[in-house]
Amino acid sequence: MLYPVTTAHYLVLSAALLLIGTIGILLRRNAVIIMMSIELILNAVNVNLVAFSRHLDQLNGQIFAIFIICVAVAEAAVGLGILIALFRNKETVLVDEIDLLKW
Amino acid sequence: MTETVFFYAFAALTLLGAIFTVTLRNAVHCAISLIASLAGVAGLYLLQRAEFLFAVQIVLYIGGIMVLFLFVIMLVNLDDAARQRQYHRHWIAGLACAAATAGLFTLFLTRGTASLQLAAPAPAAAGAPAAGNVEALSVLLFREYLVPFELASLLLLVAIVGGVIMAKKRI
Repeated sequence: MLYPVTTAHYLVLSAALLLIGTIGILLRRNAVIIMMSIELILNAVNVNLVAFSRHLDQLNGQIFAIFIICVAVAEAAVGLGILIALFRNKETVLVDEIDLLKW
Repeated sequence: MTETVFFYAFAALTLLGAIFTVTLRNAVHCAISLIASLAGVAGLYLLQRAEFLFAVQIVLYIGGIMVLFLFVIMLVNLDDAARQRQYHRHWIAGLACAAATAGLFTLFLTRGTASLQLAAPAPAAAGAPAAGNVEALSVLLFREYLVPFELASLLLLVAIVGGVIMAKKRI
């Protein structure tokens, strides 16, 4: 038997997506995959915003989701640029081998 | 009933894609799993009547950002990284997050929607809405959120300049 889908379903899904992204950021060593996990987290936030936009029947949440997508694009462009510069200098993308600032 | 089936299908696609993104070894496989996850999120947008965000998700995320990721995977040689250890040694934080996910699902599955106390949903508008999603969104965006919209263009300009400076060999 199938229950109707409520806002709570979307919120639980978005929380799970956010936690999976957090696990990726905390545990992976590859910087490219860490950036992919950041995209996952931003998507989880967007799912949450759209769910509440539907719940409250207001479009403001979708506007915020558009701005978050915009910020995500900017973050991906600059972050991947930093990654290429880092690889050119250090020849590695593993984040625990990049320890120039560590005493 | 159809909506429920589609919700669970898209939710499974999203979560499985996310899990494979975090766990797979090869970065290209991770990127493809991330594409599946983003497509699932796009389907969820469509289920929630956010048609504009659905289109933006497909065109911008799957078409734009993922191509950028694949270009970077091509430029950065990841073969060495794929052969090495993939996870950090301190796994306590990751275990805490996994436990939080498990606790969340357990709570939700045992207590149902009563586990989250939300405000009462807005009553469904009588009759068909006056305008479609894109029209209503554009009216709101260009009237009430005009200043943030312009600031977003400034942010994108900064990102363009920053990306060029970061990726250029010598300035």
